[in-house]
This record gives sequence, C-alpha cells and structure tokens, in this order.
Amino acid sequence: MDLLRFATAGSVDDGKSTLIGRLLYDSKSIFADQLEAVERTSEQKGHDYVDLSLLTDGLRSEREQGITIDVAYRYFATPHRKFIIADTPGHTQYTRNMVTGASTADLGLVLVDARHGLTEQSRRHAVLLSLLRVPHLVLAINKMDLVDWDENVYTAIKDEFTQFATKLNIPDLEVIPLSALQGDNVVNRSANTPWYQGPTLMHHLEHVHVASDRDLKDVRFPVQYVIRPHADTDELRDYRGYAGQVAGGVLKKGDEVIVLPSGMTSTIKAIDFFGEEVDQAFPPMSVTVRLDDEVDVSRGDMIARVNNAPSVAQDIDAMVCWMTTTPLRPRQKLAIKHTTRTGRALVKEIQYRLDINSLHRDQETGELALNEIGRVKLRTTLPLMADEYAKNRTTGSFILIDEATGVTVGAGMINSAD
Amino acid sequence: MSTHPDYRLSQLDQLEAESIHIFREVAAEFEKPVLMFSGGKDSIVMLRLAEKAFHPAKIPFPILQIDNGLDFPEVMETRDRWVERLGVKLVVASIDDAIARGIVIDDGKTSRNRLQTPTLLNAIEENGFTAAFGGGRRDEEKARAKERVYSHRDEFGQWDPKNQRPEVWSLYNGRLHEGEHMRIFPISNWTELDVWDYIRREQIEIPNIYFAHQRRVFERDGMLMTETPLNPCRDGEVASERTVRFRTCGDMTLTGCVESTASTLDEIIAEISVARLTERGATRGDDRFSEAAMEDRKKEGYF
Repeated sequence: MDLLRFATAGSVDDGKSTLIGRLLYDSKSIFADQLEAVERTSEQKGHDYVDLSLLTDGLRSEREQGITIDVAYRYFATPHRKFIIADTPGHTQYTRNMVTGASTADLGLVLVDARHGLTEQSRRHAVLLSLLRVPHLVLAINKMDLVDWDENVYTAIKDEFTQFATKLNIPDLEVIPLSALQGDNVVNRSANTPWYQGPTLMHHLEHVHVASDRDLKDVRFPVQYVIRPHADTDELRDYRGYAGQVAGGVLKKGDEVIVLPSGMTSTIKAIDFFGEEVDQAFPPMSVTVRLDDEVDVSRGDMIARVNNAPSVAQDIDAMVCWMTTTPLRPRQKLAIKHTTRTGRALVKEIQYRLDINSLHRDQETGELALNEIGRVKLRTTLPLMADEYAKNRTTGSFILIDEATGVTVGAGMINSAD
Repeated sequence: MSTHPDYRLSQLDQLEAESIHIFREVAAEFEKPVLMFSGGKDSIVMLRLAEKAFHPAKIPFPILQIDNGLDFPEVMETRDRWVERLGVKLVVASIDDAIARGIVIDDGKTSRNRLQTPTLLNAIEENGFTAAFGGGRRDEEKARAKERVYSHRDEFGQWDPKNQRPEVWSLYNGRLHEGEHMRIFPISNWTELDVWDYIRREQIEIPNIYFAHQRRVFERDGMLMTETPLNPCRDGEVASERTVRFRTCGDMTLTGCVESTASTLDEIIAEISVARLTERGATRGDDRFSEAAMEDRKKEGYF
C-alpha cells in the first residue's frame, strides 16, 4: 500500500471540516468513542446537529472559539491507500499555515462554496499551492445541493478557475462538484450530477499517480550523520558510513560520486540498511553510504554524481514566506538551515513583495510583513549545495531562524543559486 | 527491505524512512538527547527505529523510564531484555524516589499518572537532557494531532499549543535557550495499525500482556481492571478470571484490558482493523478526566 499526503484549504464556511469529517466517517476512520464525545459536546453547545468540526478542532481554545488555530494532521486509510491530511485553518494566518501544511503535500484540496464561486481566498490558496509546487490540485465545488445541482454553476466556476490557473504552475487539476454535508461525489457517486463524468473525490485521492513526482534522475544525498561504531571487532573497527535520506536520484553501488563542497571524488562501495547491503537507494529512503576512498565527509556535505551536481553557492535568490510579526528587512542577519547544513544568512535585498491576490509584484515595499511572500536575495556564510525548488523540493528549500529567539521565521524556495 | 523495481516505497517503508531521518537529525544537532521509554509497543517500535538509524553503531543516547511503581512486571522484563540486547544505558527516574525527596507529594488521591510529569521534568533537568524522544502519535488523541515533530518546551517544561514553531518540509528547528528542551516525536505520522503492522513485519518482541491471556479482572467505569493488592476491588466490584489482552501499557491501576482471544500478531491486527473504540478511549482511565485531559497534561509537561 502507498501513502498520499494532502493539504486542505478553503474559507471557514466552505465546509472544510464537514468534508474532512465525511471522508473520515465514510472511510470508517472515526471510532465510536470519538463520535460519542463529539455528539456529547455538540449537545452541550446546544447544536441540533453533530458538529463534525469538533473532530478536527482539538485544542481547548479552538473549541471555545469555534475556530481552527493551527494545522492538525489527520489519518485515514482505504484498501487502496493510506492518507495523511494536513488540515490547515482558513483564518487570518493563512499563508504561514498553508505553507506549513502544504510543504510536504502531494496534493492540495481547495474547497469553494458553489453559491459564492471563486473568492479571493480560493485564488490565494491556488497561488500558494502553485508556489509550493504541490503537483496535484483538486478544486472541490461544495454545496452543490444549494444551487440545485446546476451544471452551469459548475461549468462557470471551472472555466473561471482554469482561466486563472493558466497564470500559475498547476500540472494536474481536477474539478469535482460535491456536497460534503450530504455525501454526494465524496465517496459515492451522486445521482444528482448525471452531467458529471469525472471521478468522486475519494476515487481521485485513491488513484492519483504521485510516484512519478519525485526526481529520480539527479542524485542528491545530503550527509546527515557519520556512523563510526568504534567497536573492537575487525569488521567494525574501520567502519565509516555516511547516513542520510536520499533527496533525489537513484544511488547505486559502484557509482562514481562527488562530495560537495570539497569536490573530492570517490566510488560508492556499499549502501547499508540495518545490516544488509541494498543495491540501490532512491527518495525517500534513509540509508547509510560507504565510499571506496578515505575522503573527508561530514554532516552538511552533499554526495552527488560527478557530472550532475547541484550549485555550490553563497548567493541565493529565493521566494520567502515571512512567518513572524517583526518584518523582514534588508541587512538583517538570520540563521539558515538548508538540507543538513546550517549557517548564517544576510538579507541583501528584497526585490519585491508578491501580492497573492493580484499576482502583482510590489517593488516599492522594501520589507516583508507577517504572512507576506516576496523575492529575496541572500548571502550566506557557508556555501549551500542547492537546486531550484522547481526541480527538487528538498534541496531547493530552506528555513530562516531568528538567532535571538530561536524561532523559525521564514520558509524559502530557491529560484537560483550562484 | 524488499526490492523496488518501480522505485516506490510502501507506506510503512516511507514512515520508517521519515522516522529514521528524525532520529539522526536529533542525534546530530542536540547535545544530550534521551529516549523516553515506557515499555509499551510504541516505545519498543521507537527503539527498533533508533537501532536501525545508527546501525552498526550503538544507539548514541540513553533511554529514560519513569518508574511509577505500578508498572506491569511483564513490561519491565521486556524492557530489561531490550536494554541488554542493545547495550544502551538505562536511566530510571522513580516516583517513589521523587516522593521521598519531596519533589512530588503523594496525597493518596492524585493518580500516579499526574505525579509522572514533575518526576519526568526533574529527571530531564537533573540529567541536562536537551531533547527527549517520545512515542506519541498524532492519531491517538485530538490534542496530539496538533503537535509538531519537534515540540518546544520552555524552562518549566510547558507546551504552548498556541505558539508552536512552523514546521515546513523536513527542516526541523532545534534551537533552544538555556534550560529549555525539545520533545521529539519520530512516529507522529504512524497510526495504531501502522505500529502493529511494523511489529509484525519486524517480528519485534513486545510484552506478552498484549496477547490474550487469563487474568483476574473486575469491571470499573466500563473497563476491565486488573485485580492486584495495589488496585483492589471496591464495593460492588467482583473479580473473575477472564481471557483478556491489553491495547496500551501504562499504570496498572488505570490501564484497562479488553476481552479478546487474539494470541498472535495476525489475530491482533485483525481485531484492531475492525475495532470501534480507540485504544485510549477503550482502556485508558487517565484520558477520561475531562474533554481536554491530554492537552492540559501536555501543557504541564507530560509526554
């Protein structure tokens, strides 16, 4: 069985919690004691219905206020697949939360209310998912029961969105008419939409092809940890393994490799996994690589193929999502973590702030406030072994950390590095 | 690991790879990590993952058990066998000792589960641990569904769910100030069924109380509790011998069992697959105190 990670988006009243509740309920992932607790709380609150959002709003203050504060992760499985949902709140702090939930997603699910059509919020979410290179997008047109299952409503929203999406990078789009409340086209095909020939939401989630989304061509192995057993046996005395998680490409025994930033070359002697040698390693395997030569390799280094290496660069041009209340300004110094390497970065220039409603590039701003995204030039103290984010979501991403508070304040996606 | 002609990993292999990545990241970046170990199935899966992450070297950090004096003896025996086989250092912080030293007060009313938190925080502080691995899973409970993989704790050991660090991609931020520590949850994305599938696949030794056995039990609050001198029957409660097994391992006086004849991993998995109650809802008295019992305990510093 395989795994699909998806992130949900949509405004507060678009029925997101109901849809998630429906997916969990119809896939029999809600347990009786959880449902009883929700029924009990719904009744205490004076609702005459079972409020499925109580299943996902897990914190005391969220239930008090009836809102979702932070990303929550939910799990369900069908006989075809296992799913991890990053349930992101549609509220004011949308960008930061969307980036958190969508950074690891294979698929983004944007919900719209059929009565209202596309809103600023739906466009914003599509822009964010596209910026984060989430390869698959589903536009779920919800509450179709409230527009009498009118095909024209569906077609109009679909056309408007498709038109808008041409400006974005969305390789795969599916538009599904549904009613989360009544369950139409969620798990079961609806008799109310005879004009709709596409899949139900669950069918699409179960069958969308995600395996090909990884880069299997360009070998990228960030060294995470050096394993030296210091044991007395002959076999282990000289053991020196480089542990890490494959970020791209397929590593094979006998491959000629280059270690960056030093530029030393060697050959892969073995790929170990818990006492066994494996023939090859590909994303996202966590393995241990041994090399033929006694080259100096440590945490933060990168192993790549000799004629196919990432940039080794200290000047980084990236889209940065700013995640804290104090604005990002030029000349600011921050800690940067990129793959397994940590250094410091200086903000050289904020080229523009991206207005994610209009896609307009505001070049006058000079700073980025909370939840804003902009194009930023950084100079780092250490060279980074970087790829474009569009090419590799692991070697193309980084975080920025405030050195005084220790808090993660920015998430970056690399445009270019040199 | 099997061969993968199409370069795809099963979901269990993907989860394993992610967990191993987290273990290595913490070992590389933190000065003094420790693995919190209760002896239950999740802790044991954690030990196996840590073993895999650093093989053929030994696990480069000790394990910490909070001995509440009410643990099942079978669980402690399994713990000792794992510790010996892996050659790891075991640190035990006992509640009895904490009571004797005046760190916590036993008023005879507070459950030992509540006394665990200050005992744990004291052990973390005294040993100078900067990162504590825990086997918490987000599917267990709704407050846990909100938890980050790296969960920041202030110098009082408190969790602030409203002020968590954004966690993007797999770029974990382990920055700390003096006195603070991080709780690390490498199996956040695993479900109860994943844990059992993994135990079956890896043929991992777990305490035998997870398998069906005969036990003298009585009913309390809709749960089957073990009859022991530590937890005798109260008025109206009658003990009888039944065929039962446990879904979680915790405090013997609070952890209930379920009637079951599942005596193999295959049978347990078949049973879990159709279970209508969560493991905590079915067998954990400590989660029943209030709607937000877990959240409140976590804010104080519980795992």
